[in-house]
Order: sequence, then C-alpha cells, then structure tokens
Amino acid sequence: MQALYAQLLVGLINGSFYALLSLGLAVIFGMLNIINFAHGALYMMGAFVAYFLLEYAGIGYWWALLLAPLAVGAFGMILERTMLQWLSGLDHLYGLLLTFGMALVIQGLFQNYFGSSGLPYAIPDQLRGGVNLGFMFLPIYRGWVVIFSLVICLLTWYLIERTRLGAYLRAATENPTLVRAFGINVPRMITLTYGLGVGLAALAGVLSAPINQVRPLMGADLIIVVFAVVVIGGMGSIMGSIITGFALGIVEGLTKYFYPEASNTVVFVLMVLVLLVKPTGLTGRAN
Amino acid sequence: MATITDNAAPARHSHRDEFVAFVIMAAALVAVPFTGIYPYFVMQALCFALLACAFNLLIGYGGLLSFGHAMFLGTAGYCTAHALKVWGLPPELGILVGVAAATALAVITGLVAIRRQGIYFAMITLALSQLLYFIYLQAPFTHGEDGIQGVPQGRMFGFLKLSDQTTLYYTILVVFLLAFLLIFRIINSPFGEVLKSIRENEPRAISLGYKTDQYKLVAYILSGGLAGLAGAMKIFVAQNASLTDVHWSMSGEVVLMTLVGGLGTIFGPVVGAFVIIAMQQYLAQFGQWVTVIQGGIFVICVLTFRRGVIGELAHYFKRSL
Repeated sequence: MQALYAQLLVGLINGSFYALLSLGLAVIFGMLNIINFAHGALYMMGAFVAYFLLEYAGIGYWWALLLAPLAVGAFGMILERTMLQWLSGLDHLYGLLLTFGMALVIQGLFQNYFGSSGLPYAIPDQLRGGVNLGFMFLPIYRGWVVIFSLVICLLTWYLIERTRLGAYLRAATENPTLVRAFGINVPRMITLTYGLGVGLAALAGVLSAPINQVRPLMGADLIIVVFAVVVIGGMGSIMGSIITGFALGIVEGLTKYFYPEASNTVVFVLMVLVLLVKPTGLTGRAN
Repeated sequence: MATITDNAAPARHSHRDEFVAFVIMAAALVAVPFTGIYPYFVMQALCFALLACAFNLLIGYGGLLSFGHAMFLGTAGYCTAHALKVWGLPPELGILVGVAAATALAVITGLVAIRRQGIYFAMITLALSQLLYFIYLQAPFTHGEDGIQGVPQGRMFGFLKLSDQTTLYYTILVVFLLAFLLIFRIINSPFGEVLKSIRENEPRAISLGYKTDQYKLVAYILSGGLAGLAGAMKIFVAQNASLTDVHWSMSGEVVLMTLVGGLGTIFGPVVGAFVIIAMQQYLAQFGQWVTVIQGGIFVICVLTFRRGVIGELAHYFKRSL
C-alpha cells in the first residue's frame, strides 16, 4: 500500500506540472492563437534560472520562486514582441513552427554549455524531511509542490475568470477588434498574456528543479505529454485544463503502480480513446 | 487568413515547367556517381527527400501538418530490417513488409488523427509518434537502445547486388524517381484537386458533396505509406534501424526540410532535404550547434522566408515548380 500512495504522490506532482503547463498553453492559445512549442524549453529555463541564482548569486529557493518566473516571463515577452507578433493573421501552424524553432535554439544552447546530464538543486532547508501520515511517509517538499501548484492554478483561474483584467482578456480572446475599439491596448495584453503563460511554465520549472534535477532536455519530452493533456482536456476552459492536468497525473501514477510498463504511454493511449469518443476533448467546444 | 501554403500556382494543364525541372533533376542525380560526390550522402539525402515529399503531400496539398512522420520512417525501417535480418527475406519483400507496416500504421493512426484539424492534428500526430517511440523502446524485436544493426543488403530480385555501392545508388534513385512521379500524379489527379479544395475551404468542399474526412484519410495513408518506403530504403543505406528514426526530432527535421524547400511545391522538399542533410554533414563536428542552427533556420524561414527556396523561385518567375 505504501508504494501505491508513493506513486500516487508522484502522479500528483507530475499532475501539478501538467496543470501549470497546460494552463499556460491554454491561456496563450486563447490570446495569440499559437500553440507554444517553446513551453517545455521555457520550463527548463525556469529551472536553470533558479540554479544560476543559487550558484552565482547565492539567492535561494524562495526568491527564485519569484524571480525565475519574472525573468523568464520577461524573456518570453521579448520573444513575443520581436517574433511572435509578426505572425498574427497567418495560419496557426506557423506559430507552431516558429516556437518549435525557438525551442530547438534554446535547448541546443543549453546543451552546448551544460551537456545533457542533470545538475543537482537542493531542497530548501524549511521543506526538508517528511511527516508520517500513518498510512504513508510524506516528504514535505513533495507535498508543498502539489499544494503550491494547486494554489497558483486557482489564483490564475480567479485572475482570468473573476477579475476585470481577466474580463478584458476573455473579451479580447473573443473579439480583439471590438475590445481595441473600447480603448484597451490589446497588443500589450497579448504580450502580457504570453509573459504570464511563460511565467507559469518557469514556475513549474523551479518547483521541479529539486525533484527532477536541472537538465537542458527536461522540458523536451514533457511538452509532448502536455500536448496530449491539452488534446484530452481541450483548451476551452481554464478549470478544465487544471482538472485534466491533475487527473492525468494521478492516472499516470496509478499506472506506474499497477502496470509500470505502460506508465510512459498511458496518457497517449487515453488521448486516443478520448479522440475516438469525444474528438473535441473533454471540455472543448466544437470549433 | 493566409493558409500555410500560399505557393498555390495558377491552374494550368500543361506541365512543361515541371517536366523540364524533373529531367534536369533526374539527369543530375544519374550523373552523381561520375562526379566524385560521396554517393552515401546522396543516397541518404534521397531517402529524406522521399520522406519530405510524402510529408509535403499531406501538408502542401491536404493542409494537414503532421508532426509525427518519423513514426512511419521508423516503423518501416524496423520492419524491413527485421524481415531482412531475422526472417532472411530478399530485399524486395523486405521493402514490401516495411511499406505494408507503415501503411497499416497510417490507417490506424489516421482514423484517430483526422478527427481534429490544424493545430490539434499536429499535436495528436506528435503524441501518437511519441507513443510509438515508447513502444519501440520497450519492444524486444527493436533491441531498444541498440537498434537492429548489421542488416544484410542482399540481392534485389535475385540479381541486383545491393552491397555494391553503385548498384545500390541506382536502385535507390529509381525507387525515388518512381515515387516522386507517383506523388506528382496524385497531386494532379482529380483526387489531388479535391484535396486542394479541402485545404482551401473545407466547408465549401463538404457542401459540394465531398466526404472530406475520407479524402483526408486517404491522403494521410498515402503519405504514411510513401514515408514508409523512404524508411525501408534508408535501411539499405544505413544498414541499421535505431530509435533516432522514430524520435520527435526526426519528425521536426522533416518539417524543416519541407519548409526550407517550400511547402506545397513539388521540388521544394527535395531541395530542402539536400540542403539540410548537407548542412548536417558539414556541421557534424560542432555537436549541438547543429540543433541551434536548425532551430535558427526554422525561425528565419517562418519570419521571412515562408515560401521556401523553390516557392520563392516559382513566385519570382511565376512558374509552378
């Protein structure tokens, strides 16, 4: 039973990363009509920024949790301003190709300087150790990742669905021309949205650094799983992305316990099943 | 909204330009063994050119961007290699096994993938090929990380000794040219015209009574089968089948080749494949810089050079190539 709970916890942690990443993808897709292939690379950058901060500036985990998303978010906004914005009005697929190219450049550069092996990143002192819950031993850091991710996901949901800024955002997703006519700076909102989505990816990167080590290709395979998550959940709703992300993480964890051979593939198999039954995804609308 | 292929040439019924270009290309390729160019490089490029042409059939004429074409390349490669090495089949049957396997895979994955379009189609094909990657990683017959090595080349039809480099070169060239003509024929058939109409405006094609899903599925299967042919031929050149051929980065390379040459052009994928393979050859010593440069080419192509080499030429001279 211990092993089952442990795998469930691993599943929940992966689920948090799926949720944070697919949430960002959905928000970006809503505003920019682009599937951000560079999301995995930017997630990796988040982890690396945390590593640099600790290694070269002595700035620890807690500040990294704030600074890395800001730095990577700013980097993302530069990418949006210099490159992505020129694609508006073109076929969506060009955005996929452009961001794929960006991902190759970023990952290739990091591989050049850091090789392919992992760099260790220590768990902060306050989150070391674990507690015995009676039915299982819970490493505190892992519990923290799950809860913190959940809070961030819900905050993002609140920001988009319940605040005035979010209302502008949703309106601009539906009809940018009309929103511009009301005097709202839509291009700036697009840039900020990209920064927000990318910042969420970087945050996931920082959270993942102590668990998965810091590797140049840590986001390369993850992003493909997240794509499958996005296909399963559909990009129609923010809450849908969050729930699908966590749920698939749990399913993956259960698979690791009951049938480990399929743990790499279960999300893709589920994607196939969902496509056969409900092609628009679980929360998606026909479009 | 501009579609991904604005290379669409005005409809004409004579194909003089294409014919002249084809003769030049064929003549140049026939002459290769007499020029001192390393034939291994050209054979490899021809296999990738065929793969890119198959990919282009889907994106350029059906408007479907597959980010998983490596799965056909790798599946056919593994099956051909297995058939040659373990079952001891002659080359022609080995190729047949590979192509059949890739076609069967295309039927299965196609039924799933064509349920969505555009960006979702790309993500689904990518996810499906990743699923296959993990299956091949664990399946015993692929030998995981080692791959199938030392595949015998054998004698095609009993008399073509494929271990002789010149014979192998011309065999691959003939297969490539025949497949190229087949793709050209498909594009210019009534089927191809319907496909183009679906790419331009699917609702209108539906309203004209075409069952667009069936057309897309057939295009996907043809594309997968031809990509499988490329994978099967590649086995005779490289003499091994490995996980690199099923990896997502391979799918990305095919996209890049076609993009550089020109999406939706007839000769673009061939030019693109030669450019990218040549670049990899010359930059091989620089390690990961190749990835960086490839990514850079992607970015530059999308931002400034969307028609690709052949697309720009065709646009400038107002020809269809």
